[in-house]
Amino acid sequence: MTNNRIKAHPILDVPQKETISFYWDKSKLVAQKDEMISSALFANNIKIFGHHHKDGSAQGIFCANGQCAQCTVIANGIPVKACMTAVQENMIVQSVKGLPKLPDVDESPEIRNIEHIATDVLIIGGGPAGLSASIQLEEHKINTILVDDKNELGGKLVLQTHKFFGSQKDSHAGMRGMDIGRMLAQKVETSFHIKVWKNSTALYVFDDKRVGILKDGVYKIVTPKVILNAAGAREKFLRFKGNSLSGVYGAGAFQTLVNRDLVKPTERLFIIGGGNVGIIAGYHALQAGISVVGLAEALPQCGGYKVHEDKLKRLGVPIYTSHSIVSANGKESVSSVTIAGIDKNFKVIEGTDQTFECDTILIAVGLESVSEFTQEARSAGIKVFAAGDASEIAEASSAMFNGKIAGVKVVQHFKPDAKKIPESWYEKAEILKSHPGPVQEIYTLGDEHGIFPVIHCKQEIPCNPCSTVCAEGSIQMQGDPIKGLPKFDGECKGCMKCLAICPGLAITLVDYRKDKDNPVIFLPYEVSNIEVKKNDEIALVDVDGNPLGTFKILGARATKDSDRTQIVRVRVPKAIAEKVVAFTIQKKEITRKLTRKIPYDHIRDNEVVCLCERVTAGQIRELVKKGITDMNQIKAISRAGMGPCGYKTCENLMNQIFWAEKIAREDIAKNVRRPLFVEVPLGKFANGGQ
Amino acid sequence: MKNYDVIIIGAGSVGVPAALSLSQNKVKVLVIDALASPGQGQNKKAIGGIRATHSDKGKILTALRSIEIFSTWKEIHGDDIGWIQNGYSFPAYTDEDAGKLKDLMKIQKSFNLDIDWLTPEEYLKIVPGINKKNLKGATYSPGDGSASPLLAINAFYFKSLEYGAQYKFKEKVLAITISNESNIKIKTDKGEYTAAKVINAAGNYARQMGQLIGLDFPVEPDSHEGAITEPVQRFFGPMIVDLRPFQDPATEDSANFYFYQNNEGQVIFCLTPRHLMKGTASEATSVFLPQVAKRMVALFPKLANLKVRRTWRGQYPMTPDGFPIVGETKEFPDFINAIGMCGQGYMLGPGLGELLSRIVTCQLTQDDIDVLKHFNLYRDFSGIEQFK
Repeated sequence: MTNNRIKAHPILDVPQKETISFYWDKSKLVAQKDEMISSALFANNIKIFGHHHKDGSAQGIFCANGQCAQCTVIANGIPVKACMTAVQENMIVQSVKGLPKLPDVDESPEIRNIEHIATDVLIIGGGPAGLSASIQLEEHKINTILVDDKNELGGKLVLQTHKFFGSQKDSHAGMRGMDIGRMLAQKVETSFHIKVWKNSTALYVFDDKRVGILKDGVYKIVTPKVILNAAGAREKFLRFKGNSLSGVYGAGAFQTLVNRDLVKPTERLFIIGGGNVGIIAGYHALQAGISVVGLAEALPQCGGYKVHEDKLKRLGVPIYTSHSIVSANGKESVSSVTIAGIDKNFKVIEGTDQTFECDTILIAVGLESVSEFTQEARSAGIKVFAAGDASEIAEASSAMFNGKIAGVKVVQHFKPDAKKIPESWYEKAEILKSHPGPVQEIYTLGDEHGIFPVIHCKQEIPCNPCSTVCAEGSIQMQGDPIKGLPKFDGECKGCMKCLAICPGLAITLVDYRKDKDNPVIFLPYEVSNIEVKKNDEIALVDVDGNPLGTFKILGARATKDSDRTQIVRVRVPKAIAEKVVAFTIQKKEITRKLTRKIPYDHIRDNEVVCLCERVTAGQIRELVKKGITDMNQIKAISRAGMGPCGYKTCENLMNQIFWAEKIAREDIAKNVRRPLFVEVPLGKFANGGQ
Repeated sequence: MKNYDVIIIGAGSVGVPAALSLSQNKVKVLVIDALASPGQGQNKKAIGGIRATHSDKGKILTALRSIEIFSTWKEIHGDDIGWIQNGYSFPAYTDEDAGKLKDLMKIQKSFNLDIDWLTPEEYLKIVPGINKKNLKGATYSPGDGSASPLLAINAFYFKSLEYGAQYKFKEKVLAITISNESNIKIKTDKGEYTAAKVINAAGNYARQMGQLIGLDFPVEPDSHEGAITEPVQRFFGPMIVDLRPFQDPATEDSANFYFYQNNEGQVIFCLTPRHLMKGTASEATSVFLPQVAKRMVALFPKLANLKVRRTWRGQYPMTPDGFPIVGETKEFPDFINAIGMCGQGYMLGPGLGELLSRIVTCQLTQDDIDVLKHFNLYRDFSGIEQFK
C-alpha cells in the first residue's frame, strides 16, 4: 500500500506517532492516532471519498476546514465530515454513494440543558490578529473568551514554514510563521484573563445578543459585551471546465494536509494564482518533496512579493503570467491541466493552450474576509470590532499589528482612560499592509574585494529584518524604514545573519578574501529534504532563474543563526559571483508540456458554480438571461447556495456571471446568509452535557 | 398612468397563484412587491407541508384544490416542484390527545377526507424509530403532502408571465386612492398605477395596506423559527406533528412542533413558541435550536445524528381566531382581501388564487360562498382554530 506520509522535512519536525488500524470500505489500513479521517485516507493514497448524490461525480477533499461537505464519509455508521472527524481505533469508514443513510438509534439520547456563559469579550479566531489582540486584553485584565475551530492556536501562521516579512519590532519578521504562531499561542494560553477554547466553532451571533459556539463537540451559548471578529478569510474559487474534479482544491486545504498533517497529497502539482498564497504553497510543496509543474497567473505580473516568486522560479518552477486555466482534465480525478495565454481583456488567445500532466490543481486566486460575524453582531446590536483578514485582506504581519490595535480599541471600550493608540501605529499598520511596489533595478557594486552581501531585493515590500540584524549597521533601508529597498554600504564581517534572516532568500555573500578571481559565494537553501552535500554538482541560476552553469559544492550546513536554513558554499568565477542567487532543484522533464492528446472523456464541459449542489455556470447564466437579478431567486430555482457551505464558495462566481451578463451591481439583490456557520448534528443542541 | 383590471399587492404565497389564475382567465393583472423577486417575504420561510385535513369547510375545500394543483403540476406543466404525497400524521402519547384527535377525525371524515387512526404498530411501520413509549397511535392522512415553496412559487410565477401577468418588484406601495370613479389608484415609490380592483395579499404588511384606505384589518405577524438539515436517504414517511405543549424552564415553553423529510431527503422542522414574538424581526434567536432539538430527539432519537444545515425565522400573519380573511370589504367592494393566512398561505395559496379569480370574474359557486363565510372579515373572531 502506498504511503503518502512526509518522512523528512527541511523545517518541520516529523515526529513518530502512535498508529492505529481502521477500515476503509473493506480494507484494513493504518492511521496515526488522533489524525483526521481525511488525512488518514490521503496518507493511504485514497483521494476519492465518495460520489455526489446529484451527478455521481467523485468527491474528495476541498476546504479541509469543515465548511463544505465534499469530504463526507460514513464513520461507524454516521455521516461525518472526514476533515473534522478524528479517526479511531477500528473505525469503519465507508465511502458515500448517493445520499447517506442515517443509522438507527435504539436508546433515547441524553438530554441536558445548554450552558450559558457571560464574558466581557469574545474573540472569534485565534490566528495572528486574535492572538495579538488577546495579549493586549490580558495586559488590561479584561475577561475574554478566545474561540478557535482548530486544535492548535495560531491560525494559518502554524502552516507557514517560511520566514516572515514585516519588521522584527512589530511583527517578528525573520522568524518562521509557525514559530511566531506558537510563540503568540503560548503567551495567550498561559494568560490569566483569556479563556482559550480550542476546537470551538462560532456558529452564529443570534438576534438576542447571544453567540452559539460548538465547544469541542458541546454546544454552549456565550453572551459577550464586545465581539472581536478575527475569523480570517476564505479562499475564492474559480470557474473552469472540470473544476468539480477530485484533485481541485484551495491552497489552504493543501497547506493543512502538508504542513499540519505531514501528508503528501500529490506528486505533481499545478498552481493557479500568483499571489503570495499561491507562490508560498508552491514553495511549501517543494519543501515537502512534491513536484510543482507550474504556476499560472492571469495578470502580466504576479501579485505576490517578487522575492517569493523569484524563489520559486530559481528552484525550477515555470511561472506563466498572462495565462489562465482552461480546463482540469480527468475522468474522476485530475490527470492534467490545460492553460492558455490571455489578452488584456482576459480572453483566451487561440492556439496558445498548453497541457501539463498533474494530479492536483491548487486554486489560489485571492481571499475574502469572513465578515459575517461582524455583520451579525451589528445586526444584533453588540459592539463589534474586526481585525486581520476578517477586516481586510493583507499579510499575516499586518494582521498581527492591526490585531494589536483592535485589542487596544477593545480595552478602550472598557477602560476609556487606559491607553491611547499613537498615531504612528496607524501609519505603521498602513505600511505593513501595503502592496508591493514596482520592480526596480538593483544598484551595482563597485569594489570586488573582501566579503560583502549582495542583496537581490528589487521591489519595495514591507520587510526590513536584514537592516535590523546587521551588527555593523551596514544595511540601510532607502526611503521608508520598513518598506524601502535595502542597501549595503559599509563594513561586512561575514557573519551571515542577513543572509540567514532574509525571508525572500534574496541575500547572498561573496567572499573575495582568498581568491580574487574565483570567489566563494554563500547561498541560502531550505528545501533540504532534497539533500545537497560537498562535491555535489548544482546548476546555479541568477535572480530570475536563468542558468549560470554547473558548479561543485564546497560545503553546506545550517548555522546557529540560520534557523534551519542551510548555507551552501560554491566557488565560482568572478564574472558570475554577484549574479548567482540560488540553484535549481527541479528537473526540466517535470515541467514539460504534454504532446499527447487528452482522451475526449477526460475533458468535462461543465463549469460548476455551486459545488455543494453541483449547479453549473450554464444553469445560472440561463436564469440571468431570463431576467433574474435576485440571487435568492436563483437559489430558490437552482439550489445554488443552498448546500452545506452556504454560499461561501459560489457567491463570487455568481457575481461574475451577473457582471459578464452586464447586470448593474445595484440591480443585483444579494443573497441572504443564515445560520449556521457549519452544519451541526441536531443532538448537539439537545445535550449540553459531557 | 398604466391601467389594469386587477392590481395585487404582494408577490407571495397568495399573490402569485392569484396572478396566475387571473391571467389564465384573461384578466389584465399587475403584481407589486417591495422585495426583489417572488416569494421573498414569508413564502420562502414556509416549510412546505400541504394538508387538507383541517377542521373547517373553508380551509378544507381550499386546500383540497391546492393539493390538486400541487400534485398535478408536474404532469400538466412539466416542471418539478418537489411534490411528494407523504401524508400528515399526528401521533398521540396520552389517552386525552388520542381522544381529541379521534373526535376531530370524525369532522374530517364528514368532509370525505382520507384520514385514519393507526395503531402504534401500524404507525411504527411508516415512522420506524419513533419513540414507542406511551405511544397511543396516530392519525394518518395519506392524501396530504409537501412540495418546495421555492420551486412552486417560481413555477407559478413563470407560468403567470406566460399568461401575461406583469410584476413590479422592489416597489413599495405608498398610497391607495379609492375615489367614486371606477378606478383605484396605487402610488408606489416608483410610479402610479390604476386598476378596477385591488387584491391585498401583502402578508405581514396586510394591516398597513388597510390603513392606507382608513380600514383596520386584524392581522398581526408573530415569529416562528424553522430549520433544515443535510439530506439523507428517506427514513420516514409523513409529516409528524407533535401537538403536546412542553414546559421548559431552561429555554422557553413551547406549543406544538412538526417536521418532515422533503423530496431532497432533508428534514425541515418548525416549532410554535408558547409566548409569541410579535413583529417582523427576522434574525434567528439562540432559543430555538436547543428548544426544538430536545423535543425532536426525545420523540425520534435517530434525528440526533442528523446535521442541521440552516435555520431561519419567519412570521405567521395571525388573525385573532386563526382563520384567514378573504373577500371584499364593505366600505370598498373593489378592495379584496386575501390576508391573515396564519402560517398557511403556502398550502392555501393555489386554491385561494382560483377563488380570488372567481371573485373578480363574478363566478362564485355555492361552495365558494360557503368557504368565504368562514373567511369573512366581519365574523366575530371569537372562535379558536382547534387544529393549527
